[in-house]
Amino acid sequence: MAQQILNLPSDAQIWDWLDKVPDPEIPVVSVVDLGIVRNVAWEDNSLIVEITPTYSGCPATGVIALDIETALLKRGLDNIKIRSVLSPAWTTSWISQRGREKLKAYGIVPPVEGDTCAGMISLTGAKLAEIDCPRCESSDIERISQFGSTPCKASYRCKSCLEPFDYFKAL
Amino acid sequence: MTQVDQTQLQKYALRLGDNALILGQQVSAWCGHAPALEEDIAFANVALDFIGQATNWLTYAATLSPKETTADALAFLRDEREFSNVLLVEQPNGDFGQSLMRQFLFDCWHYPLLKALTMSSDTGIAEIANKSVKEVAYHLERSSDLIIRLGGGTQTSHNIMQTALNSLWRFTGELCAADDLDMLMQAQGIGPDLSEINAEFQDHIDKVFERATLILPDKTLMRSGGKAGIHSEAMGRLLAEMQYLQRAHPGAEW
Repeated sequence: MAQQILNLPSDAQIWDWLDKVPDPEIPVVSVVDLGIVRNVAWEDNSLIVEITPTYSGCPATGVIALDIETALLKRGLDNIKIRSVLSPAWTTSWISQRGREKLKAYGIVPPVEGDTCAGMISLTGAKLAEIDCPRCESSDIERISQFGSTPCKASYRCKSCLEPFDYFKAL
Repeated sequence: MTQVDQTQLQKYALRLGDNALILGQQVSAWCGHAPALEEDIAFANVALDFIGQATNWLTYAATLSPKETTADALAFLRDEREFSNVLLVEQPNGDFGQSLMRQFLFDCWHYPLLKALTMSSDTGIAEIANKSVKEVAYHLERSSDLIIRLGGGTQTSHNIMQTALNSLWRFTGELCAADDLDMLMQAQGIGPDLSEINAEFQDHIDKVFERATLILPDKTLMRSGGKAGIHSEAMGRLLAEMQYLQRAHPGAEW
């Protein structure tokens, strides 16, 4: 009601705008696809956008907050507060189905849920997640390192087409 | 439950933050210098996790502080005696084997500690632990894997890892030795029973070293003091480098 009286945009409209804000590191997916935006709400005349960092030290977090603010300012909103929330902790299971498809098309294998690291692979002989090369679909792949070009990715190589690729590791 | 003393809780949050901050500072120095590209990237990512975790812990500590402060001020404007990180994390990077052994010994303790802290009766502590523990699982997996590969690798790599273990083992006693603050936190359900953490620490270490053919040095005189702010020689130099900019140009920003 208050929104209508003050002629403020609807929540759905805001989510739609936010869905057009790309992730600064992986621009094919939006900050909404990645599950970084947790909530939008009005408090008096301020729009509160709650975001959560992916990894504790992800350097993109600051840029994301700035990008969201800039995008909403461009839509004519002028009283925006970005709040960072830690809990519940971000998990890759919040990445949308559409986001997963976009990641794959971009050449990044989306996370396999339930694959979160137990810290014991070398001891227990647990298997790596079953994933296929995003280019040639071969399952003959190897992990080069569980760390990659950003905190959220691991480095893999396809042994069929010999191309390296990224895996968005489960967290 | 009795009212938790904010000062004590702040000290505890600082302790957790200082470990992450100091190790993050040390590990970040490998960026651009590690012996293989993958390891360079791995260490840089681990350092990033630690700096992020330190930011969370120190931000929380700042909110508990009796006088107004910030995470940055706590990191860059405190003196050596005010830091409560364990001695292990301040030991010099040395060669790659030493940095890796330091990492492994820390990870073996850090992971079960954070896992226990996710159940902390203090919401602030539990939230940060929940956020960190999944990241640290990846640290532990990597360092365990490399210790096994290098310990059981060539004679040269084996010797380097055994030498590193021999020199760093004496800094591990402090990790699970509960002091007054640890016991107070345990009594209030904020912190874990460190003897339980020690059991997990020992268990993981034994399994990895057996596979890595590395042998724990016996009759080691354990060093301690970090939790009480009594640091080793390396700490002064480390802080001088880490804090230089903010000391010379207070409030400088990017």
